[in-house]
Amino acid sequence: MTPAERAKQPPAKVPRDGPKLTGPKLEEKLAETWSNPPGFIGWLSSVDHKDIGRRYVITALIFLALAGALAVVMRLQLSKPDNDLIGAARYNEIFTMHGTTMMFLFAVPVMQGMQIYLTPLMIGTRSNAFPRLNAFSYWTYLAGGCLLWVAFILNIAPDIGWFAYPPLSGPQFGVGKRADIWAQMVTFTEVAALAAAVSLTATILKQRAPGMSLARMPIFVWATLVTSLMVIFSMPSVALASSLLLSDRLVGTHFYNPAENGDALLWQHLFWFFGHPEVYIIFLPATGFVSEIVATFSRRTIVMYPIVVMSLVATGILAFGLWVHHMFATGLPRIGYSFYTAASMSVSIPTGLQIFCWIATLWEGRPRLQVPLLYVIGFIFTFVIGGLTGVIIAAVPLDLQLHDTYFIVAHFHYVLIGGAVFPLLGAITYWYPKATGRMMSETLGKVSFWMIFLGFQLAFFPMHIAGINGMPRRVYSYPAGMGLELPNLLSSIGSMVVAVAVLLFVINMVVSLRGGLKAAPNPWGAPSLEWATSCPPPKYNFPHIPVVDSRTPLWDAGEKMSVVHGLRVEERELLLTTVMHAKPDLREPSAEPSIWPFIATLATTVMFVSSIFSPWAVVIGAMPVIIALTAWFWPKSPAPEREPVIS
Amino acid sequence: MQRGGAYLSLCVTSCAGVQNAFGGQGAEDANFVRLFAVFMVVCTVMYLIVSAALVIAVWRRRQATLTIEDRKHHETSAATRPALIVWTVLIAVGLVGLTIASFFTDRSNAANGSKPRLSLTVTANQWWWDVEYNSPDASKIVRTANEIHLPVGVPAQVTLKSNDVIHSFWIPNLAGKQDLIPGRVTDAQLLPRKTGLFRGQCAEFCGVQHAQMALDVTVESKAAFDRWYAAQLQPGRPPANPLQLAGYRYVTTRECSSCHNISGTPAGGHVAPDLTHFASRRSIAAGALPMNRGNLYGWVADPQSQKPGNHMPTVGLAANDLHAIVAYLEALK
Amino acid sequence: MSLRCPNSVLALAMIAALCSCDREERQTRGKPLGETIPTVASPDTIFPGRATPPPLDPRAAQYEGNASAIAEGQRLYNWMNCAGCHFHGGGGMGVALMDDKWRYGGRIDQIAASILEGRPNGMPAWRGKLTEQQIWQLAAYVRTLSGQERKDAVSARADEVSNTPPQTQTKREPLRPADSDQQ
Repeated sequence: MTPAERAKQPPAKVPRDGPKLTGPKLEEKLAETWSNPPGFIGWLSSVDHKDIGRRYVITALIFLALAGALAVVMRLQLSKPDNDLIGAARYNEIFTMHGTTMMFLFAVPVMQGMQIYLTPLMIGTRSNAFPRLNAFSYWTYLAGGCLLWVAFILNIAPDIGWFAYPPLSGPQFGVGKRADIWAQMVTFTEVAALAAAVSLTATILKQRAPGMSLARMPIFVWATLVTSLMVIFSMPSVALASSLLLSDRLVGTHFYNPAENGDALLWQHLFWFFGHPEVYIIFLPATGFVSEIVATFSRRTIVMYPIVVMSLVATGILAFGLWVHHMFATGLPRIGYSFYTAASMSVSIPTGLQIFCWIATLWEGRPRLQVPLLYVIGFIFTFVIGGLTGVIIAAVPLDLQLHDTYFIVAHFHYVLIGGAVFPLLGAITYWYPKATGRMMSETLGKVSFWMIFLGFQLAFFPMHIAGINGMPRRVYSYPAGMGLELPNLLSSIGSMVVAVAVLLFVINMVVSLRGGLKAAPNPWGAPSLEWATSCPPPKYNFPHIPVVDSRTPLWDAGEKMSVVHGLRVEERELLLTTVMHAKPDLREPSAEPSIWPFIATLATTVMFVSSIFSPWAVVIGAMPVIIALTAWFWPKSPAPEREPVIS
Repeated sequence: MQRGGAYLSLCVTSCAGVQNAFGGQGAEDANFVRLFAVFMVVCTVMYLIVSAALVIAVWRRRQATLTIEDRKHHETSAATRPALIVWTVLIAVGLVGLTIASFFTDRSNAANGSKPRLSLTVTANQWWWDVEYNSPDASKIVRTANEIHLPVGVPAQVTLKSNDVIHSFWIPNLAGKQDLIPGRVTDAQLLPRKTGLFRGQCAEFCGVQHAQMALDVTVESKAAFDRWYAAQLQPGRPPANPLQLAGYRYVTTRECSSCHNISGTPAGGHVAPDLTHFASRRSIAAGALPMNRGNLYGWVADPQSQKPGNHMPTVGLAANDLHAIVAYLEALK
Repeated sequence: MSLRCPNSVLALAMIAALCSCDREERQTRGKPLGETIPTVASPDTIFPGRATPPPLDPRAAQYEGNASAIAEGQRLYNWMNCAGCHFHGGGGMGVALMDDKWRYGGRIDQIAASILEGRPNGMPAWRGKLTEQQIWQLAAYVRTLSGQERKDAVSARADEVSNTPPQTQTKREPLRPADSDQQ
């Protein structure tokens, strides 16, 4: 048939959602289209963003528990001076594993996991962009985590610190393959994070519900967008740094060898160019959580939404100009340091504005003191201390005393636990009903909140004192008589309290799966789109794609929300909208479940792990990767289009 | 409430420390204490403002019932925008003030260090400090290890090098830290203002015994420093009795001499701490053990049990040799 | 959790190559008292009547292919100025150590014996100047100069001016006695 003749044919009968196909009949068809294949292979092939987000969060929480257990062991060793519970070499492995796991295997993945789960639901679409890339991202992250922890179990854990400065991590002083395992784990997690960030960025820019202009996006979605762009710009730096290190160690290049015109500081610049944005990559999604929780629990929209959004963007941009504040002791020119002092101080301004907006929202609203809001309040009390100690160490004369002491350990735990973990726990409590259909126990939630909040203060506040009293970082023991006994003992006791509290939180999560109160679709009375569908959401997220006309669709339109009609029902199809104003633009097929992302991860794992031992592995190992990628991207057979295509 | 406790514990713990950033015994550290106090005041005020606002915000209209129906969830009171502006200006003014204070402190530190009258070179190794007092006259160069003596009130310039990995030179009572980076030369300026015994420690993770890489610092009067310096210029004290002679024979002909140097003897190794005046030091093995006879026995007999992983091997000495060596080393004052 | 087991099993199976505890074992203390007992017969290759050298010393397993022994040996090679005669393996006043000619034997215990006892034509005896543990560490490092040790235990280069191709790429030389080409 020629195209002209085909255009004259009546349109084929393609089932679409609409006034004729709605309700349970529509949901049945959609469920079938969007479900996973059965069995274990089907479980491995899932590209559903909810599955992937859930896997990310659960895996990250397991790594949190493992790294937290290591922290408890470290605190036991440091509870007394001259303690001999753990020897020097083992302690160095433990703090390296603790830091590396927390930063690479918990903090960034858990935020990305929450983002992957929530973003399509919050913007009113059925899936992430690039669903198979998303799946690949999770499996690659899991492979990197397994590499590190299997190495720990086999007693070849890295012992060079989470930041792995050469020459200590270099070929001469980093003995054996421990540092290579660390560097290759970084490659895995960096690839995973990049893949997830690319998918999230595309999802947010092109798949929002009609009417959800950029100015109407939930703040969490803005935070996700800014964070994902930060990941894309910063992760390649650490991947480059670790690849250069692997190259030095494996084939004797001289990137970090000062005797051959390399430079040990090259590593520090490359690493911290990633490392500083990394902590904002962890912090900004947490501010997104806080904005959502504050709005819901104050029963009003966030005050001055444009200010909050601009603060997120400003923080994201400024974060790239601060990295040398990790290098104030290295002897670089002082005039350069002044710039970084000024930049480091000024990055607190956008965050200060966000804090104002949150407190103003609570002030103008009617706060309900339930567990998620308690975590937000704990976050503000704790994070602001961390932010203020950050202002202190932004000044060079102060940093030169406090750098590499327990004062810094206190500072970053205040901003990371206070600034990211507290909002995360609040967010898990808040979105738990959405993901599981049950509420977490409010009483147990309050108990674990108070324990974790007070235990945290007990554990980490004394570290400020220990640092000023002369305790450097990364020491397996300290001598008696320097005023370090009391702060360390208090910290150790506090860490036990925190450990028990986190355990209680996890117990709450597990027990509430069966025993929690059943949740209505919108148990908190929240305004954003994810609460417009059932708890837990069906595989297809929404029976009809919603149309929004405000920042708080469920509060404004509520039951009378308009929806989109006309998307296909028997094939996976998404609605793409324009970037700025979210006008409906295109219909786009969405990828079916596929085993190839998992197989591509296996091939990549073999290639990366064996390249620790031989450079030939990069060449030979690339073959299976190419085969897997080819199979993944193999185009579907071009069946004739059943409908006329408007050209 | 945490702040009150902090101040209390600061007062209790701070003043007595030998490795304490609040000691204020050096010019740079005194500047640190002053600047830190300024920052603490400003930061505490900001924290109290935020905390008070949060507490009031949460407390004033807490309710349990849902009230979206009154349709006020988009309205914002008129006071919010001016409050935001005031808050932003407050933060900006505070930060600018703190940055200026920091700048002036930096200038003061630079001025204090601009005209040094004493010059040292400290080379860091895994896990000990090689200290050399520089002098244009080669016969006046003093080489020691793991300790520094400084005359009070005399600005000293310390050139910092590393033989292996990145270390950090930190004497908190006197000044901030500076990294020692292989392939680069950095420097630190020390201007001690009060006499006393202090302790420094490596502050950049440098391997398995990073925790036991400390430095004994003695700040004394100029006269005492000159006496010490003159004593350091002397060669190692010769053995004074048969036991010390046996020790001398062992140390200068066997394993010890491969790595250690004792001036005026055949022991001329240069890859381990200089032992010429070893017994005059306050500690053994870079602060790992206080200097006394028992510790000396323990260290010489089995250094790997005291500081596992360090480069001094356990030799497996016979008892007679051990007694002789310790007797000789104890006399190297 | 059962659902993640298969992937963990796969990962474990694949990373079996990493399970080389011998390579990564860190040695702190040698076995000093045992080592002060002198060995009865030197294990070198020169025997009257061309007898076979004694079997490999049991201590070899502790030092061969052990990354920390090789690393410490590399430090000692620099500290004891072995390069003064042997350069970085190319030889000068002393014999080359990166070639295939081993007059007194190229096994690790034979090299350790050469260092311990000294050899004619200028090799000093290090017995009493270094502990036996240090000598074995040096021997392990010397073996890497001719590529005898497993490549995953060797570091590619030291942090110094480049003087050899990367040690991880060094071709493994056969161990030939020095006079083999004069048969």
